[in-house]
Amino acid sequence: MALETSDYRQREESITYSTESAGQGETHELLTLNIGPHHPATHGVLRLIATLEGEVVRDIKPIIGYVHTGIEKTAEDKAYWKVIPVIERMDYVSYYFNAMAFCGAVEDLLGIEVPERAQYLRVIHLELNRIVSHLIWLGTSALDLGAISMFWYCFREREKVLDLMEMSSGQRMHTRYFQVGGVFEDIPRGFARKLSGFLADMPTRADQYANLLEKNQIVLERLRGTCPLDEASLLALGVTGPLLRAAGNPWDLRKAAPYSSYDKFQFRIPVGTVGDNYDRYRVRHAEIYESVKIIEQALEGLPEGPFITPDRKVALPPRHELATSMEALIHHFKLVTEGFRVPPGESYYPIEGPRGELGCFVRADGSGKPARVHMRDPSFTNLQALAPMVRDSYIADLIATLAMLDPILGGIDR
Amino acid sequence: MELKREPLTDPSEFRARQLQSRDLLRGDLEGEALERYVEKSIMTTTLEKAVSWSQGNSIYPMTFGLACCAIEMMSIVGARVDIARFGWEAFRASPRQADLLILSGRVSVKMAPVIRRIYDQMLEPRWAISMGACCSSMGVFNNYALVPSDKFMPIDVHVPGCPPRPEALMHGILRLRDKIQGHSPDGWRERYDAVGTEEVLDGSGASRDDAAINLYPGGDTAGA
Repeated sequence: MALETSDYRQREESITYSTESAGQGETHELLTLNIGPHHPATHGVLRLIATLEGEVVRDIKPIIGYVHTGIEKTAEDKAYWKVIPVIERMDYVSYYFNAMAFCGAVEDLLGIEVPERAQYLRVIHLELNRIVSHLIWLGTSALDLGAISMFWYCFREREKVLDLMEMSSGQRMHTRYFQVGGVFEDIPRGFARKLSGFLADMPTRADQYANLLEKNQIVLERLRGTCPLDEASLLALGVTGPLLRAAGNPWDLRKAAPYSSYDKFQFRIPVGTVGDNYDRYRVRHAEIYESVKIIEQALEGLPEGPFITPDRKVALPPRHELATSMEALIHHFKLVTEGFRVPPGESYYPIEGPRGELGCFVRADGSGKPARVHMRDPSFTNLQALAPMVRDSYIADLIATLAMLDPILGGIDR
Repeated sequence: MELKREPLTDPSEFRARQLQSRDLLRGDLEGEALERYVEKSIMTTTLEKAVSWSQGNSIYPMTFGLACCAIEMMSIVGARVDIARFGWEAFRASPRQADLLILSGRVSVKMAPVIRRIYDQMLEPRWAISMGACCSSMGVFNNYALVPSDKFMPIDVHVPGCPPRPEALMHGILRLRDKIQGHSPDGWRERYDAVGTEEVLDGSGASRDDAAINLYPGGDTAGA
């Protein structure tokens, strides 16, 4: 029996590494250049096969899969509440968002109501995470453009946010703070004061970043007018998030389809007017201010009440009940040993991640483990837009565009 | 090699030493005074120790990130745990200029040969730190897609955590510095004075290593 080559292998083998002649004579020979998977400017282990004519990029093929972790498959093998830590490690810069998408999908299937305090706490942490994600993006992207000092400023602020996350959950990254039905624990004493201190600081810091970058001729020259892509092409490719907003489309799921009481907060959506790399930078930078505003409102209006659903079939009973209530002990035992069962059905829960629409599809078959978990990761979809963006521009602009695209390879490969 | 610094409290003694060094440079110091001076002020060591001392304080790590741990690895360059205090801050993008490979994140089956090639491209002496649970033991995932790094390259220090805090990575880095400089702490058996580690030799005068070879053919081992 002949071995059948899979579709993926066929496509992989179709990639040519040789010099392609473009029929433009000997002086216009095309050069195929391999960039990555280990390259400091690819933001992870992305591999790009660039076809160059001189210094101009004629075509680019991204090759992915170098951090394929089998997260979706592993999620099928774990009880629902044990999937959260695995799914968090997918897009490793926006871990709260991953957990939020998954928990939201499971909550939809279970039909449980998340208490308002939990929703507000979720919003606070989601927006903190958005700030961290944008800080990491800004620091590393500026590094790619040669502005090394931005890195230290951004990571200085990142440490402050991570201190807050550590305060509320005990971990710096991959906090597993979001639970199905609410959050793991209420915020500790002193958290609010520390958070308001940070919120008072952050807009000034963001102003300083802008002053550092936008009065720099080199940064401006490398970003302004480079690699624009119009709204229609972006929509055709399924691009969402800051990239789409930079092209002028104010599509933001926080406004378009509010979840977790986002409709109760006043905030604006920054959009670009040109759609070039500079707009992509400006939109993300402006989003930091908006996130600060949202957190301020959520902290001010934080309602009293439970931080997790009172449904004992889903959420663990509080520790003190275990000593007095037999029923609580049984619930605790059942939840810890086999988890909860989810009625059969399908659910897709999209949220606005720092890179665009992050959706989680969960299919339940009535057992304690999901039958299928699929993530619609924005990095994966947005990466498609790289080739149309950089076609016929210089290879230096390719690096800048890739930085402004902000792909996270953990999310792409999963 | 260890440098010992003693505080000089007496100012007159300091002056005396100054005069002594002046005399030495002039060539006036002779006989017993010269010998005493040399014994006191000049440190002798082997070249190997001196080289390893400087190696341990000027490592060039490679700019190489895989996944989540890479973000925490980047933050050790940041202001809070400043790796520049130990002279390790010059990250190099080319493996040919780097001494240290920090494997920060999960190693997939597709990535493993690439990492091995990068490691092979590095020049001796070279070291490797396996950062985080994934590349040491496949971590929380533990599935078909990942390879523990020990399977395809030698690792000097494993830093546990998911991801490890920057402080944990700094601890691992200082352990590696101890190892490079040759005064690494003993293994766990020596440190904890563990018992029950004896090996029974057959007494035939063969070397200790031979005892590890199973001399019995299959099915012949009594009581096994």
